[in-house]
Amino acid sequence: MLVASMERIHDPAALASICKQIRRHIITMTGAARSGHPGGSLSAVEIVVTLYWDVMRHDPARPDWPERDRFILSKGHAAPVLYAALAECGYTPKDALNTLRKLGSIYQGHPDKRFIPALEASTGSLGEGLSVGLGMALAARLDKRDFRTYVLLGDGEIQEGQIWEAAMFASYHKVDNICAIVDYNKIQLDGFVADIMDLEPLAPKWESFGWHVIDLDGHDIPALQKAFAEAAATKGKPTVIIAHTVKGKGVSFMENNPKYHGVAPTAEEVELALKELA
Amino acid sequence: MLTAAKFEKKLGAATREAFGRTLVELGRENPNIVVGDADLTKSTMTTYFAKEFPDRLFECGIAEANMVGIGAGLALAGKIPFVSSFSAFVMTKGFEQLRVLVAYPNANVKVVGTHSGISIGEDGPSQMSIEEIALACALPNFVVLSPADEVATRWAVRWAAAHTGPVFIRTGRPKAPIIYNSDASFEIGKAVQLVPGSDVTIVATGLLVAEALLAAGQLESEGVSARVLDIHTIKPLDEDALERAARETGALVVAEEHLVDSGLGVRVAQALAKRCPAPIEFIGLEGYAESGSPDELLDKYGLRAPNIVEAVRRVLARK
Repeated sequence: MLVASMERIHDPAALASICKQIRRHIITMTGAARSGHPGGSLSAVEIVVTLYWDVMRHDPARPDWPERDRFILSKGHAAPVLYAALAECGYTPKDALNTLRKLGSIYQGHPDKRFIPALEASTGSLGEGLSVGLGMALAARLDKRDFRTYVLLGDGEIQEGQIWEAAMFASYHKVDNICAIVDYNKIQLDGFVADIMDLEPLAPKWESFGWHVIDLDGHDIPALQKAFAEAAATKGKPTVIIAHTVKGKGVSFMENNPKYHGVAPTAEEVELALKELA
Repeated sequence: MLTAAKFEKKLGAATREAFGRTLVELGRENPNIVVGDADLTKSTMTTYFAKEFPDRLFECGIAEANMVGIGAGLALAGKIPFVSSFSAFVMTKGFEQLRVLVAYPNANVKVVGTHSGISIGEDGPSQMSIEEIALACALPNFVVLSPADEVATRWAVRWAAAHTGPVFIRTGRPKAPIIYNSDASFEIGKAVQLVPGSDVTIVATGLLVAEALLAAGQLESEGVSARVLDIHTIKPLDEDALERAARETGALVVAEEHLVDSGLGVRVAQALAKRCPAPIEFIGLEGYAESGSPDELLDKYGLRAPNIVEAVRRVLARK
């Protein structure tokens, strides 16, 4: 299943099979690390896989290719899903994934450009990635390059005020080469988002900020493929995909369980989870 | 080399004005120079750049955190962004973004803070930045510049554009006394010895450099030989020049338009504690100021040549 080039895979079944492999990595990595954020990594798998294997123009042999599409994991705590994708694409070594969070590992607790040059940005402090993505999108416009910038946001993350500064900027400046995705898994560290600081009505919020909004099931690969195409075709305004997802998706005892926001599976749980993901 | 007695205070352009003019020169020379501003282009003087290069000036509105983040993204995509606002706003509201998006990944973002210190005047303490030397120096990878006049500012801005990595430049609102001839040359991290001296060294930065020169002139007439150092680069600090000053003059006064508890003075004290301990007196601010004209405020808050002269007398008594 290794894809070491920018060859695109459109077949949803083939993409789903990659998703399963990514989920296995997330479980084994966080299990080996004994810490980390499996829940919000598992919820974003289809989004990340659809982008890296189908939608985005990129070449693992040339991580500094100026024409590459950019991906920013603004919800940096979901690093395991990104690391697993980068490794499966061939950017970074797969056999080192289980060094996640250990001293000297390139797989730092949150994405760190100093250790992995293929990362577009160092993230981890929530609320900041959309602004960085806008800077890249503006640079593309100035340089007349047609690369697109994708920014994956957490749902809790958009409680940060800077997100809405960026949202206002993007529509006012008609930045249409950026696409934000909200991984709306409904859970943040302290509990359910609706109980901490409800985001609803979410789609009207983005609409009122001047964004084109697409609401979908974030585990539905064909829906994601269609949405990314619609985003690329939408001119004059930025697009946000509100992806309704399930935290811990794919592992029955982790699904929709706030505990697994920031707690790694035990050795027994890893074994159980891998059976489910076989 | 100047002699202290020859210095006369003549006002030149404000350092923010020199920043704005230099930015236009750079814009003409390099299409990768881009600018972010937060609804203050007419005050930060990026308005000149905006007029000539409207497509390369990103008006961010009153949203400094987003502005710094956009600057980081532009830098990561190969641009050379200058982001500018009042020091009080960009360095505090943008600090977290400067930490994680600029300092930590060593992104090539230039931050220019204007209206620094109390010499902004009538607007009062909410607009006065008296903490940002501490904030900028707290960020690894940042070079921190504090030019004294328009010539030094032009050099600082051009140096920042040519350097790969984060830079903070501290500029002010009022017209700044002319210190340098237009052909003066500077070296990053090297203090400029404006006046030689053997009894005491006055270490100054920004607007206080002119006051230090006036103080040295007064002291000279009293038979005290005061060396004057302009610290245009606060980080990295010229520890060699400070060590020489401590060894050769035996006492120092540090003068800055910043909180004494966290500015240039504490950095000088740290350097000399390592290299060559010597008595030091500190001229700066103890707390928040108030509205008033710049001159009234500099008088009231003790940032004038007579204050420096008094501090020299105190430190000489401790030698």
